[in-house]
Amino acid sequence: VYFASRDDLSPVKLNLSGGSYRSEEGKPLVLQAVRRAEQQLANDMSRDKEYLPLDGLAEFNKLSAKLILGDDSSAMKENRVVTIQCLSGTGSLRIGAEFLAKHNQERVIFVSNPTWGNHPNIFSLAGFSVEYYRYYDPKTRGLDFKGMLEDLGAAPSGAIVVLQACAHNPTGVDPTLKQWEQIRQVVRSKSLLPFFDNAYQGFASGDLESDAQAVRMFVNDGGECLIAQSFAKNMGLYGERIGALTIVCTSEDVVRKVKSQLLLVVRPMYLSPPIHGASIVTTILKNSNMYNDWTVELKGMANRIFSMRKQLNEALQARGTPGDWSHIIKQIGMFSFTGLNEKQVRFIAKEYHIYMNYDGRVSIAGLSSKTVSQLADAINAAVTRMA
Amino acid sequence: LVIDSMASSMLSLGSTSLLPREINKDKLKLGTSGSNPFLKAKCFSRVTMSVAVKPSRFEGITMAPPDPILGVSEAFKADTNELKLNLGVGAYRTEELQPYVLNVVKKAENLMLERGDNKEYLPIEGLAAFNKTTAELLFGAGHPVIKEQKVATIQGLSGTGSLRLAAALIERYFAGAKVLISAPTWGNHKNIFNDAKVPWSEYRYYDPKTIGLDFEGMIADIKEAPEGSFILLHGCAHNPTGIDPTPEQWVKIADVIQEKNHIPFFDVAYQGFASGSLDEDAASVRLFAERGMEFFVAQSYSKNLGLYAERIGAINVVCSSADAATRVKSQLKRIARPMYSNPPVHGARIVANVVGDAAMFNEWKAEMEMMAGRIKTVRQQLYDSLVSKDKSGKDWSFILKQIGMFSFTGLNKAQSDNMTDKWHVYMTKDGRISLAGLSMAKCEYLADAIIDSYHNALLYWETPIEL
Repeated sequence: VYFASRDDLSPVKLNLSGGSYRSEEGKPLVLQAVRRAEQQLANDMSRDKEYLPLDGLAEFNKLSAKLILGDDSSAMKENRVVTIQCLSGTGSLRIGAEFLAKHNQERVIFVSNPTWGNHPNIFSLAGFSVEYYRYYDPKTRGLDFKGMLEDLGAAPSGAIVVLQACAHNPTGVDPTLKQWEQIRQVVRSKSLLPFFDNAYQGFASGDLESDAQAVRMFVNDGGECLIAQSFAKNMGLYGERIGALTIVCTSEDVVRKVKSQLLLVVRPMYLSPPIHGASIVTTILKNSNMYNDWTVELKGMANRIFSMRKQLNEALQARGTPGDWSHIIKQIGMFSFTGLNEKQVRFIAKEYHIYMNYDGRVSIAGLSSKTVSQLADAINAAVTRMA
Repeated sequence: LVIDSMASSMLSLGSTSLLPREINKDKLKLGTSGSNPFLKAKCFSRVTMSVAVKPSRFEGITMAPPDPILGVSEAFKADTNELKLNLGVGAYRTEELQPYVLNVVKKAENLMLERGDNKEYLPIEGLAAFNKTTAELLFGAGHPVIKEQKVATIQGLSGTGSLRLAAALIERYFAGAKVLISAPTWGNHKNIFNDAKVPWSEYRYYDPKTIGLDFEGMIADIKEAPEGSFILLHGCAHNPTGIDPTPEQWVKIADVIQEKNHIPFFDVAYQGFASGSLDEDAASVRLFAERGMEFFVAQSYSKNLGLYAERIGAINVVCSSADAATRVKSQLKRIARPMYSNPPVHGARIVANVVGDAAMFNEWKAEMEMMAGRIKTVRQQLYDSLVSKDKSGKDWSFILKQIGMFSFTGLNKAQSDNMTDKWHVYMTKDGRISLAGLSMAKCEYLADAIIDSYHNALLYWETPIEL
């Protein structure tokens, strides 16, 4: 998709296949809070560029864990949590996968069908066999909840299951809190080990606390889990590669050992993580003014996405586009699974110079008020002219 | 469990050997906590973990041994003695023994801030401007291998990350091929190849009798290796010994490698930092490029640009054709994607900005000459102090022959222990000291410590034993 879009010289070309947020003007966005943090760091003459420890910046680790687990997390108070800085979400997943490959009995991991394209690569390279649980229902363009529970219920005890904490990529379909509770029960009853991919906290609903509820539900039941966290989207720090891997264990003693083994995975991969992104995140999270400013900007981004969803849905209805397009506003986060098939996607690329993934995923974050009608025209044409 | 933890602690100690005293310490400790003797952590009694704790699926995990080199810094921090000296980690220190952020780096960062660069994802292969720059610095701008597009370069996470990408490529596409590493070598080399599941063996390198290069042994071992083996070479400023082959020796090394159809694999972590000149320090790599050989080069900007924590480096694969280079690059990308998707932008931009601007590039060269110069000066001062204080007639000239951040003192483990226990000088137990952490003011003290340790420390063995 990238190469096709790159070679398209049309002035109305629109690329909706990427995974980064765009402003209303269609430009990449660096948050004000981030700029301020960087300026503050640059002005601080006491800073140096000495190697970080293997597990990264200590203050970053603590603040990141608090962000997802909550300020009053009992797991943290009981010292049952280890958090290490990693290279964004991917790096956190990979370190976790390598660790589990060495120390978990079961070598099978379950991911949603569909899931983020890189999940199967990461886990199979670490030595896991990757299986899928039903997730997306193309008929409803929503969650196949029954299928999901059945497949998780049939998974072998001790298997690992990847759950996306919020704003599911690529579908935009999230379970409700009630559904999460049922998922939790099945996971715990089968002794499955949850591995949360938390790449959009604050970016889904616009509220950091709400978006953390699913993860906290699991942690609060006292069981173990892994959490891969990314600040790529919610702080717009894509290229800085800043994230964290958290492992919640049942005891402090186990946590110490787990941490020591995690470091053994990191050292031969890249020795220690990069400092810049970690410093920015730390600066923002620990300064209450900056933190508040950040949450406002974060809500702004999420709201703009809600608005685009609404506009697209209305535009499709206005054109009398056949079918039910309410899933556009029911889905959440950066992406929408439009339900378009590959033929329709290619048609849209050719005739309308709009690029999306072949599975029909569009980045709503890449839309603007000016381009919504262009997309609505394209979808309308594709759906009416071809099945 | 007992055997495992001993084996893994030996692995992580790298080139260090376990002397009998150390083994006894191990035996004592293993019976109680089941953990590594270097650990300071408390032992948790099973009795106190009672009813409230749920069973963990990670119950069977053992405590991994701590990182040996970082462990040195931890011990140093804990030492309250005023005379203490940290010659452990290979990070440059000023004469005041402070970390050093290059002025040109601060300039570049300010420039980047003013320009308001965005933070979009880099492509998987990294920042294009950085990749171009780094290959040119290594081979020389306009070098045929670059002009003919025969080099596959991708940005990596400093030296370690770049080595790891290459190791993964070797594992995938050169099944069964072995990597030969010098004895000794940087401690993490073995970990990298082990984790990438690439078999390795050692070629003779350090001769403890001469405190110099065992050149005959090196050539013999390279010759004996199965055809098509990878030979890991340090481009300059060998870590940990500081002992580099002479230009004439490099020629012979290239000859035997070509003869056996081996694949050279350079680790270039100190370009510009060894002699002070970027071009001079690249001589060994360029010699091999002249020969038209296919080879790998891992680069790091941790030391020469002081960008330790930014994790910026590159892996270069010199191929025989542009087509091969394109294919190799695509496979390196396939390895990077499931590891971290794409590399961090900050360090790459700093390098690209510094080298891309003539004034900043010159400033960098001057600061690098200053750093390398300080180390050379301190080296000379240490030698002078040793010669003036040691009346035994021992030849200390090996110190002047070595180059780069490190010096192999020739001290064995017992002697190194004496350095730490009696003199509060922190170093790695293989006898390596980091001259980058030495000030002129401390040279005399260090000389006293070395002389005392060499002559008076209890000796169990004169050479390390194989276990």
